[in-house]
Amino acid sequence: MELLTLLLAKQALITAFLLIGAVTAFSYWLSAKLSRGVIHGSAVAIALGLLLAYLGGLYSGGSKGLADIAVFSGVAFMGGAMLRDFAIVATAFGADTRALKQAGWAGALSVVIGVVLSFVVGALVAVAFGYTDAVAITTIGAGAATYIVGPVTGTALGASSEVIALSVGAGLVKSVLVMIGTPLVAKSIGLNNPYSAMVYGGLMGTTSGVAGGLAATDPKLVPYGAMTATFYTGVGCLLAPSVLFFIVRAIA
Amino acid sequence: MVIYGVSLLAFCLLAGTLAGDLIGRLLGIEANVGGVGIAMLLLLYFTSHANQRWQLNAASQSGIQFWSAMYIPIVVAMAAKQNVLGAIESGWLALVAGVLAVVVSFALIPLFSRLARRGAALEGEL
Repeated sequence: MELLTLLLAKQALITAFLLIGAVTAFSYWLSAKLSRGVIHGSAVAIALGLLLAYLGGLYSGGSKGLADIAVFSGVAFMGGAMLRDFAIVATAFGADTRALKQAGWAGALSVVIGVVLSFVVGALVAVAFGYTDAVAITTIGAGAATYIVGPVTGTALGASSEVIALSVGAGLVKSVLVMIGTPLVAKSIGLNNPYSAMVYGGLMGTTSGVAGGLAATDPKLVPYGAMTATFYTGVGCLLAPSVLFFIVRAIA
Repeated sequence: MVIYGVSLLAFCLLAGTLAGDLIGRLLGIEANVGGVGIAMLLLLYFTSHANQRWQLNAASQSGIQFWSAMYIPIVVAMAAKQNVLGAIESGWLALVAGVLAVVVSFALIPLFSRLARRGAALEGEL
């Protein structure tokens, strides 16, 4: 047993391939048996992944979900930003460039509006919870954009670590909810074509959320959503500590 | 050869990420602006049918298709390494802010998609 755990931890990435394969197989079986395919297998697999991440966090007390358990440490590499971005770019192979060109301006617009919208919602919630200083309100608003925009903004403005932690929390909630929620609402928001996928990526913005949400809905839409989402964090880091902060400071 | 496809993919991602970092630096922010998007556009450029000089054969294409097919498993692994506990334990403010941001954004998608399609239709007529 000890020999086996040592082996699995040493061959971390290979173990992750085996584990994710097993999780996927189980999820597709579950999807076919319980929902008769109504809930897509990949949606089940992502939800199951999040559940495992929760249990891993409970077990280890770390911040990398399942990957904090030594045997499953390869999951962090397999699901890390490097391979994720590599695979996202690969999905563009064979994408419809005409749709990308035609919806380009709407996609760009949706990025800016998406950042401002999430920021305003986050900032209003911060105010509702009794925050009055502009730095804290801005940082929490930025966190509602993504969990990267939050700390970048907070650090730039000199927010307290407590407020920065809150902004990361808001961003995490958003990302997890987008992953789980997208396949459930896809039909009612018309997320079934390249145009709405580009708008979706721009409005949601959270790269991991969009990546997971589209994978669970329809993998064919991934390149369109990912294309716009990739600009979101950058635009957020640009707007939040500058223009948006000045506006908040003027009002607060 | 399979490696040609994988290698082209790697070149596109590295070049795109570099461009995204440079744009970020030009704007004075410590963030990558659109790196993955630029990488995707590069890949589309190199692999488009209009591009005669860079025709990839079937084996080379399969090097790209493999990674495209690995996308969902990679995303499942990504889900399994999220700080879900952190999200749940971060308190009511974070929870409410995150949930509302998602709900409001979801609600606006139909409106903007209609605008996007109308724009596309107009362009088609021109």
